[in-house]
Amino acid sequence: MSIFTRFLGRLGASLIVLIGVSMLIFFIARIIPGDPARIALGPRATEAQVEQMRETLNLNEPIIVQYSLFVGDLMRGDLGISLYSNRPVMTDLVEYLPATLELVLLAGLMMVMLGLPLGAISARHCGQWPDNLVRVISLLAVSAPAFVWAVGLVLVFAYFTPLFPITGRISDTLDVERLTGFMLIDTLAAGRFDAFASALHHLILPAFALALSGIGQAARLTRSNMIATYEQPAIEMAQAYGFSEARIARRYAFKPSLIPSLTIIGLDFAALLGNAFLVEVIFAWPGLSRYGVGVILQKDLNAIVGTVLIISATFLVTNLIVDFLVSILNPRIRYSESSR
Amino acid sequence: MSDPLTLDIKDLRLSFQNWSGTTEILHGIDLKVAPGERVALVGESGSGKSVTSRIVLGTMQDVRTARVSGQVLFEGTDLSARTSADRRALRGRDISMIFQDPTSALNPVFRIGELFQEVLKRRDLKVTKAEARERAAKILNEVSIDDTDRVLNSYSFQLSGGMNQRVMIAMALINEPRLLLADEPGTALDVTVQAQTLALMRDLVDQQGTSVLFISHNLGVVREFADRIYVIYRGRIVEHGATKALFDAPRHPYTCALLSAIPRLTGGGVPDIEERSPDFDAPFIDHAELR
Amino acid sequence: MKRAAYILLSNPLSVIGLLLVGAVFVCATFADFIAPHPEHAGAVINFAFANTPPSAEYLLGTDVVGRDILTRIIYAYQVALGMGLVVLLIAPPIGVAFGLIAGYIGGWTDFVLMRISDIFLSIPPLVLALAIMGLLEPTLFNAMLAITAMWWPWYTRLVYNITRGEKVEGYVLAAEVIGASNAHIMFREILPNCVPAIVTKMTLDFGFVILIASSLSFLGLGVQAPTPDLGSMVSEGTRYLPDSWWMTVFPGLAIVVAVFGFNLVGDVLRDVLEPD
Repeated sequence: MSIFTRFLGRLGASLIVLIGVSMLIFFIARIIPGDPARIALGPRATEAQVEQMRETLNLNEPIIVQYSLFVGDLMRGDLGISLYSNRPVMTDLVEYLPATLELVLLAGLMMVMLGLPLGAISARHCGQWPDNLVRVISLLAVSAPAFVWAVGLVLVFAYFTPLFPITGRISDTLDVERLTGFMLIDTLAAGRFDAFASALHHLILPAFALALSGIGQAARLTRSNMIATYEQPAIEMAQAYGFSEARIARRYAFKPSLIPSLTIIGLDFAALLGNAFLVEVIFAWPGLSRYGVGVILQKDLNAIVGTVLIISATFLVTNLIVDFLVSILNPRIRYSESSR
Repeated sequence: MSDPLTLDIKDLRLSFQNWSGTTEILHGIDLKVAPGERVALVGESGSGKSVTSRIVLGTMQDVRTARVSGQVLFEGTDLSARTSADRRALRGRDISMIFQDPTSALNPVFRIGELFQEVLKRRDLKVTKAEARERAAKILNEVSIDDTDRVLNSYSFQLSGGMNQRVMIAMALINEPRLLLADEPGTALDVTVQAQTLALMRDLVDQQGTSVLFISHNLGVVREFADRIYVIYRGRIVEHGATKALFDAPRHPYTCALLSAIPRLTGGGVPDIEERSPDFDAPFIDHAELR
Repeated sequence: MKRAAYILLSNPLSVIGLLLVGAVFVCATFADFIAPHPEHAGAVINFAFANTPPSAEYLLGTDVVGRDILTRIIYAYQVALGMGLVVLLIAPPIGVAFGLIAGYIGGWTDFVLMRISDIFLSIPPLVLALAIMGLLEPTLFNAMLAITAMWWPWYTRLVYNITRGEKVEGYVLAAEVIGASNAHIMFREILPNCVPAIVTKMTLDFGFVILIASSLSFLGLGVQAPTPDLGSMVSEGTRYLPDSWWMTVFPGLAIVVAVFGFNLVGDVLRDVLEPD
């Protein structure tokens, strides 16, 4: 099985899961108590208006028919109209997703860049003070919800020592044309380095607040994987051949433990996407999550279904990418059943 | 002494400290290996033979709960008196090791060729990739591997156990060490493959004049390979002698028990060795003085 | 058991963890006796003392309507622990049963059950709970329902993996040869081998249920006022940052204390119950 066929297999499985997600969230949205049409129109609408709305939303059809109509619309990129913004849900998603992705991707990067080395240091000094320190810090990091970290960071680094801005994506005085919706990319595309710096400056604190529990999780995981790797004969062999401890840690223990760590970090991406809801609220970040909270509070069915679908799709795509990276890193997968 | 022993172990003791106190593992071992000589240390698992090899290798001294005392002289200098960095400097250059399960000991995320280069760097930091491949191919030929390109480009899990064992022998000897520690080599392989690879190993150490400390639980395997044998039981050497002398006239009750445990082609089954017998605690028997 | 007690008590971290968890339980159980102003747990207005910084009378300060924050934290623990207990009484049995059945029976049952759990697992946990809460009324009961719905698949995953490993072990084959029923093999033979992993996960999850529940109420989708809740206290307090910092900082710390305690205990418990 080559990497390519493996990737196709994973892609197929992800698509099946995504269809499952769409069914699950669609059915939950339809079986809830209360009439969606009534919810959409509010308590003051007349019976006739509600009945007309039911017709428009196909609510009088059997649920299977409703679902197939929904899928048909979905194929054309139509998720219905949002009651919250009075615009097509798809338009809203396209507008808000990039801000969230920018935040989540930077947080994911921080998680890998900080979490993995911390875990590796901890494992190499297993039982000594650096290990104990990293263990306590990483456990603390996973013990606080993202909004507590966000509040703490804002208090310390924005209010008490004003190093970072409190809210927003970019300084109010700057105006950059929207191309991709990714502020970092758009500012660079416009050649505006001052704007780029400002966008990055606004991004760091929320991304770090979002990343903290992930950093802790990644450190803990890398530590335990690396300790398990240290007990394997391959490490003893490296020691028997007199390779230096630093080299053994880097090349012989860290690399093999990267493989299981990365897989789980991919799964942890789900937590980042979920926690973005909490962080965006604190930093008034104009992203999908803040939109999501809005539509949930308004019981905006179309928008809720659309938001959940796009978040799951993002999660599945991320895991496909991680799986692909892991299969490149892991020669066992790359060469399984090729030679012999 | 113009020609010191390759390895001279005097009154070696080892204990581990844990929360319930101290556990004694070795109770004063004496063992000698002359240059070019092949010596076997035979005993059951838990008898202390593997930890002995780790002390000679110098890694056991770095375990924080381990207490090592006594002398381990390698070519006349005492290893226990040296720093952990000094001991590491010897490993992979002057002292090398072969492990029980070659397939898991060869790191699965690197190609065999890359592993060879790493090992060669222990002697010569500036060795190039091409030089490393050339030298690796040469020594692989000596352990009867012909398609060296394929092997060097493979990962350990793509090769058979016997092939990995030969790779490991070649890797252990490529830097021409003066002492080779072989810890149950090939025990994970089937018997015929094990015999083949041991014959290859024997030829190569003969050619290089390497001294070998061969650790095994199986007297049968050792018979073909070793010049002299030490039998170890519960952290003490119980019998020592030249291979022929020991096989012809084993005198210690424990050695007799081990000998009777070698499976024979003529059948009759394997007699059990008792877990513990007061006979086994009989005093040390030495067949002859060294040389 | 003795060994477990020895290890738990000899490790300073787990002793701290046990103390924290113990303190939280004591607060929750004896809230009426411990809380300095028990009447502040409900919808009380005490404008004379609104917005008071920490003082001898109000150790952790008061909120915008003058209620003692310490009192409200103590009562919030009551709600949080109750929630943890309920979720962990419902979710693990469902998840474990699915995992055992999928893992042991295999075939189509395996495929269908595991794909269903995959579907739940591919919606980020908090998002699923949020969506369910959004569609239902935000009440304590519905919050528990939403959290349970997102929690059971993790136990299915865990038990499924163990079951797949145990299925080919000698003792299971022996039971099959004797002709034991599937139910007997699953629940009497395999299940006991999953217990250590399940117990460890439940200890760690107790903290995480508190964390998720507080996240829901932080977004206004959990326990509703006037019931004291740590998440809504933080959320309310953020409007008065940075001047009235005690309104957010102390409830936030209260969450960390409880979750950290459960994590410390769970961490050490894992070393004891799953040595390898």
